[in-house]
Amino acid sequence: MRIPILKLYNYLLTTIQVELDDQTAIQFQDDLLNKIHETGAIGVVIDLTSVEIIDSYIAKILGDVVNMSELLGAKVVLTGIRPAVALTLIDLGIRLKGVPTALDLEQGIEKLRQELGE
Amino acid sequence: MNIAPNRVEIHNEWDIVRARQSGRERAKELGFGHVDQARIATAISELARNIYLYAKHGEIIISVIDGEKRGISIIAEDNGPGIRDLRKAMEDGYTTSGGLGAGLPGVKRLMDDFDIVSEEGQGTKITAKKYLR
Ligand SMILES: Nc1ncnc2c1ncn2[C@@H]1O[C@H](COP(=O)(O)OP(=O)(O)OP(=O)(O)O)[C@@H](O)[C@H]1O
Ligand SMILES: [Mg+2]
Repeated sequence: MRIPILKLYNYLLTTIQVELDDQTAIQFQDDLLNKIHETGAIGVVIDLTSVEIIDSYIAKILGDVVNMSELLGAKVVLTGIRPAVALTLIDLGIRLKGVPTALDLEQGIEKLRQELGE
Repeated sequence: MNIAPNRVEIHNEWDIVRARQSGRERAKELGFGHVDQARIATAISELARNIYLYAKHGEIIISVIDGEKRGISIIAEDNGPGIRDLRKAMEDGYTTSGGLGAGLPGVKRLMDDFDIVSEEGQGTKITAKKYLR
């Protein structure tokens, strides 16, 4: 299963609409980092509206994706985190420290613009 | 309602997904709200992943608690290496696999009851329960 990544100007947009099993998550990490490298994108929005659970393993991968993207020069905004998912992350003791979040894709792009001073 | 326990054998990472989906369905049937469904599914995911990572295989048993208090019970059982230092394993951030060390302490907070029995070289059995309010 591959998660599609769209390019829009110098941003990458991706909506996770499948149940995130480990393989899919790792594949996504690879694909996104390659795409940032190929396109020179400076911003990424990852939309999690359809994601019903994030366990510690997936949370770690997401955190790694954010950090590695920044090393490659792209700012990441996470959007659409469901309230139930946010609450389970708190129970797990996982804080997505310093990761910008927004309500939906549109506001995510707006946030990127602000973060990047565009 | 079908109240026979649901056993999911854990051998690979897709079994982790099957186990947590099955737990979520059962929680929904029982009348747990959205947030508790997510909590239960997340707890199952953590326990199933630990089985897969540390014991290679084992079993998740999801059953209905049909007593004075109604709820759901999750048993995660394996015959793997066991956990030498349980107190450490329950600490936030303690990991032997480069993870976040969030799984076990997380399950304890996600659920209402948590019990762990582990014997080095014998295996691990974790029972976690959540009750309807
Ligand atoms: N079923 C098990 N059999 C043997 N050891 C286990 C088992 N479950 C957990 N452990 C041990 O307890 C430690 C803590 O487990 P915990 O789930 O809290 O964190 P983790 O799996 O290392 O990281 P995370 O769950 O955040 O990805 C593990 O690193 C492992 O050493
Ligand atoms: Mg774990």
